[in-house]
Amino acid sequence: MTTATARISRSGHSAPKPSANARTRERALAWARRAPLLPALIFLIIVTQLPFVVTLIISFLNWNSLRPDQTGFAGFTNYVQVLTDPDLRQAIFTTIILTVSVVLASLLIGLGLALLLDKKFIGRGLARTLLIAPFLVVPVAAALIWKHALLNPTYGLINGTLTWIWSLFGSNTPPQPDLLSQAPLAAVVLSLVWQWTPFMMLILLAGLQSRPMDTVEAAQMDGASSWDIFRHLTLPHLRQYMELGGLLGAIYIVQNFDAVFTLTSGGLGTANLPYAIYQTFYFANEYGLASAAGVVVVIGTIIVATFALRTVFSLFKKEAAR
Amino acid sequence: MSTLTPSARRNTTANRTAFDGGSRRRFGKFGGAKSRMDPTRNNTAAGLAAWLLALLFASPVLWMILTSFHSETDAATNPPSIAANLTLDAYQEFFGATSGVSPWPPMINSATASIFSTVLVLVLAIPAAYALSIRPVKKWTDVMFFFLSTKMMPVVAAILPLYLFAKTVGALDNIWFLILMYTSMNMPIAVWMMRSFLAEVPVEMLEAAQIDGAGLLLTLRKIIAPVAMPGIAATALICFIFSWNELLLARVLTGVVAGTAPVFLTGFVSSQGLFLAKVCAAAVVISLPVLFAGFAAQDKLVQGLSLGAVK
Repeated sequence: MTTATARISRSGHSAPKPSANARTRERALAWARRAPLLPALIFLIIVTQLPFVVTLIISFLNWNSLRPDQTGFAGFTNYVQVLTDPDLRQAIFTTIILTVSVVLASLLIGLGLALLLDKKFIGRGLARTLLIAPFLVVPVAAALIWKHALLNPTYGLINGTLTWIWSLFGSNTPPQPDLLSQAPLAAVVLSLVWQWTPFMMLILLAGLQSRPMDTVEAAQMDGASSWDIFRHLTLPHLRQYMELGGLLGAIYIVQNFDAVFTLTSGGLGTANLPYAIYQTFYFANEYGLASAAGVVVVIGTIIVATFALRTVFSLFKKEAAR
Repeated sequence: MSTLTPSARRNTTANRTAFDGGSRRRFGKFGGAKSRMDPTRNNTAAGLAAWLLALLFASPVLWMILTSFHSETDAATNPPSIAANLTLDAYQEFFGATSGVSPWPPMINSATASIFSTVLVLVLAIPAAYALSIRPVKKWTDVMFFFLSTKMMPVVAAILPLYLFAKTVGALDNIWFLILMYTSMNMPIAVWMMRSFLAEVPVEMLEAAQIDGAGLLLTLRKIIAPVAMPGIAATALICFIFSWNELLLARVLTGVVAGTAPVFLTGFVSSQGLFLAKVCAAAVVISLPVLFAGFAAQDKLVQGLSLGAVK
């Protein structure tokens, strides 16, 4: 693709001559080529990069909109506070736990589901559609359903089902856990794993279906067991798809706000950084502190993103090279 | 010779895939009795397991739909009343039968924000994708990764300046400001997706059109559009879904006038007596556009979500 497009572009140019006229013409052509790109690029720089620069500046200010008289330069005070304030430190910790556990669990379950869906069986299309459904519920709505209809300790579906199962065995003392107050972070993780597993499954299923079948068949002919094939052929092939799914998932889940806001309102140690930052600037009006926390999130994301970019890039190069 | 290279390469790939298909079919047809039976038995077991898990995963959604058709007293029972009488009461309540609070303004706001931002994204992203695939600028990969890196920057890192700016210029609680935010939120996804779709336009056809002296507009209409149309549709649907779902920006930047459907849903966060059926009805109604858009884009969903990296 790249070589071919480059060829077209060459035939579009006139042969470069060392005259000033030709150079102007070449420059005009280069700008004509760039022109369709510029509106999108400029728009994006204004709306995303400019605000971040402002965030960076505010993060070095002592600025609380409720005490405007005390506004001034603060140096690294805000950053020190982000890293020492117990609530914000807890938020950093919660963000890491939340992201890692949701990504790992949904990747593993997604892998299992993708392996099952890769086989032919009756009603596969419908089963696939049912499995995608969790991803297609508005996140706030999904969190509301988990909070009120599934996890509610008195009439939620989970405890209701426990009551029903126990009654089948003649018991009227079923366990009735209250996940939302006993293990709120687990409740958030559970609902997010439910929503993100379909995402992982779709990416891994696409990976499985792009697997070169001739090697698998050759291995089968040579008498390799299905475990050997999975271990030595399928898994290595899936590796980059798992990395891609995991890292894209991590980027979305690090930023999660909806589930934390809806399920627990950030209570009982479930406030992650996005929620804590929202609280800090929206309710506490601590603009400087909130900005410093925002910068910390960006630094964390850059670390994850460097790996993500590398993975995306390797797949991208493969695709661009075709 | 050089003009032949890409098509020749393409032919070899085509041959290889054709051969793959052939060998797979052969294997199925003439495989030994043992190897024919084993996969079948595995598939039945795998099918059963897949169906059980599919039902388990879909059960919250199915339960949400069933509960939305129950009366409030039947909705909140332990053990659950699965066979309770069906009624539309919860939907009437959601549309404001007794409270008088209509969910239409927030839903119309969401529709406005999602549709206009999607249109704006496409208007900006399609030319950009053109300049990154069909007639690429120099260092187009760098530009691609710049677009992607903006998606990786968390919204919280930019939201305060945006909020302060909106407050200063009086754009707070204004749906048009939200539309601009959603446009920038979806731009990287749209550019990446559109580039991967435009890269599928056959180069030979572009060359042939150029040799025949076809102008840019004719090339766009006759060659690029037919190939890119399904991709544009999928991109539009995915951008629509992301805008419709968004909460944080809407929560911070809008209020009474421009509040969107997810902001409206946050009104159900704290319990208000017997209201489970109403919550379910609200969740169903507000999720319907996303469910439709998602199933419509099902074939291209993976490509979109993986930013075009996976086909």
